[in-house]
Amino acid sequence: MSQTAANFSLELKDLRKSFGKTEIIRGVSLAVRPGERIGIIGPNGAGKSTLFNLISGRFAPSSGQVLLNGQRIDGQQPYEINRAGLSRSFQITHVFPKLSVFENLRCGLLWSMGYKYSFWKFLVDLKDANERTLELMSMIKLDKKRDMLAANLTYSEQRALEIGITIAGGAPVILLDEPTAGMSRSESRDFVRLIKEVTVGKTLLTVEHDMGVVFGLADKIAVVVYGEVIDFDLPENVRANPRVQEAYLGSTVADAQSGGH
Amino acid sequence: MNTHYEYKPANVGRWLIWTLFALVLAGVPHIFTSGLGTTVLTQMGIAIIACLSYNILLGQGGMLSFGHAVYTGLGAFLTMHALNRIGDGLPLPVSLLPLVGGLAGIGFAVLFGYVSTRKSGTTFAMITLGLGELVFALSLMIPEFFGGEGGVSGNRVVGPVRAGISFGPPLQVYYLIAIYTFLSVAAMFAFTRTPLGRMLNAVRDNPERVEFVGYNTRMVRYIAFILAGFFAGIAGGLGALNFEIVTAEVVGTARSGAYLLFTFLGGATFFFGPIIGGILMVLAFVLLSEFTKAWLLYLGLIFIFMVMYAPGGIASLIMMNLRLAKYGRLRQIWVSYLGLGVCALVILTGAAVLIEMVYHLQLGSAVGPQLLFLGIPFNAGDMNSWFGSVFVMLTGLGLFELLRRQYLREWSDIQERIEEDTKGQDLL
Repeated sequence: MSQTAANFSLELKDLRKSFGKTEIIRGVSLAVRPGERIGIIGPNGAGKSTLFNLISGRFAPSSGQVLLNGQRIDGQQPYEINRAGLSRSFQITHVFPKLSVFENLRCGLLWSMGYKYSFWKFLVDLKDANERTLELMSMIKLDKKRDMLAANLTYSEQRALEIGITIAGGAPVILLDEPTAGMSRSESRDFVRLIKEVTVGKTLLTVEHDMGVVFGLADKIAVVVYGEVIDFDLPENVRANPRVQEAYLGSTVADAQSGGH
Repeated sequence: MNTHYEYKPANVGRWLIWTLFALVLAGVPHIFTSGLGTTVLTQMGIAIIACLSYNILLGQGGMLSFGHAVYTGLGAFLTMHALNRIGDGLPLPVSLLPLVGGLAGIGFAVLFGYVSTRKSGTTFAMITLGLGELVFALSLMIPEFFGGEGGVSGNRVVGPVRAGISFGPPLQVYYLIAIYTFLSVAAMFAFTRTPLGRMLNAVRDNPERVEFVGYNTRMVRYIAFILAGFFAGIAGGLGALNFEIVTAEVVGTARSGAYLLFTFLGGATFFFGPIIGGILMVLAFVLLSEFTKAWLLYLGLIFIFMVMYAPGGIASLIMMNLRLAKYGRLRQIWVSYLGLGVCALVILTGAAVLIEMVYHLQLGSAVGPQLLFLGIPFNAGDMNSWFGSVFVMLTGLGLFELLRRQYLREWSDIQERIEEDTKGQDLL
């Protein structure tokens, strides 16, 4: 690990991904310092979620590199990347529906606390894991729903649980894919506060549609259009960038055209 | 709903249940003292282990296996060969032989599971089906190991007699099997309370998410598959000791299908469901098959009925109604249960007469069209018998459907009330 590389929590180097002949991600380079909160914005179909899928190992990139604390993780399995210290949430709620809130959170941290594939220890006796789970449960404010099955939670509670599972393992780098999707304005506002609280000190990347959420959450903003990062800067600079404004205004036209193929 | 008590250190209720279970295992042969009673009870112990081991895959891991008999069956064959080696001087007590079956189960699960657990869902199911057919085909091709048509037989009374235990009398075999049953059930229950056991549930619920919390889903499935193979092998080994003969059909697809069917009937979503399933399996195979030639047809009908109306099996029916009882609402609905039960009996009677008449005409036509059903004479050649039984069945079906709608209304009403009472804390 070289000294310069380790200065970044997460670094993307000329990352590319094609599905068939269509190149979805067209050479993305991005460097995120430890503790930074990055908002990723862009029009529909710009490749924001695909970018997350490449970083987290859901898809393997066609070319380019992903470095986590200076170590290459591109092409690795999702569980290997997670063990290396990167955790993500999903745009569509991805919890364990037939397990309770408590169990959901505990499943999120068992590996990181070293219990791995153990079938010779009882869960009841794992004092550290159980206490940490209770802590997480009050952090995401679901302590009153402890034994409720995740399938029976309300939508925003499920979103909170999703965040809880994501941070449970204590990964220093967190990717959140549209955490407030489908929420009302006031729900979003509370939720942003929650996200800030539970990710203190972590490196955070968030894909988000709601501009209010992004500008409230992010230290820096990356604008993705057509699989490329056209701007990566402080929020006020991004807002003032004419290229970004153009991309956003033109997005409806562009979407209609790309849908026509 | 099933985790609330988990954090309490000492659980009186649980000790009570396990003590009761041990007492029942120890006591039942003194209630059913006949030879048939001991036979049935012994087989129940074996079936319980087999169905519970199958449910590690189906209910806990969401793995639909069509080839579980491979592991019980191969466990049985290896146990039988080991038993025959004891006669040649292998220094192994007969009481430990089922562990040979268990080790065989582990060995074959390590081998075959490596292939099948790579994938989940339909692919997994197809691979297990293929492996089941493969092993069954091999069993007919290698008579040196599988004994060909006649199977492999042995004599369990080969070891030295210690403290009067020779395993000659069926009751001694029963108690050996009861001990294995108790230990296996306890071990499999314990497994559901471990990190791997819980992650297996998580893999069942949402395999993709599991990959993003650090777990290799394939590894979780693989280890669980091996553990299931171990207990399946024990069940097979106990079967070998009990019957003293093992034939190729124990690795066959029909046997695998029976494990699936009865685990499902008993209820795959609760730990104790397959225990009920195992008991029913033996009742059907030993008693129902004595009662009527058409037993497989009845079994099929019951299975279809359960899949349609109670997909959680008998265990979930019990648990749902226990929940009603907990909130004191069972008395609001028991009349409907009575009505549904009577209607089901009426349907069954009509259908049974029809089925029995068809079977009688097909199989027993040499003795004439007369047959007795529950002591009542019927003439399968007379149209009146046919119309009568069709009429009875249709009446039953019509009434059942009417009552079922009434019942569903009552049921949802009660659910709403419970929800109100508990302010949504105890949702089903």
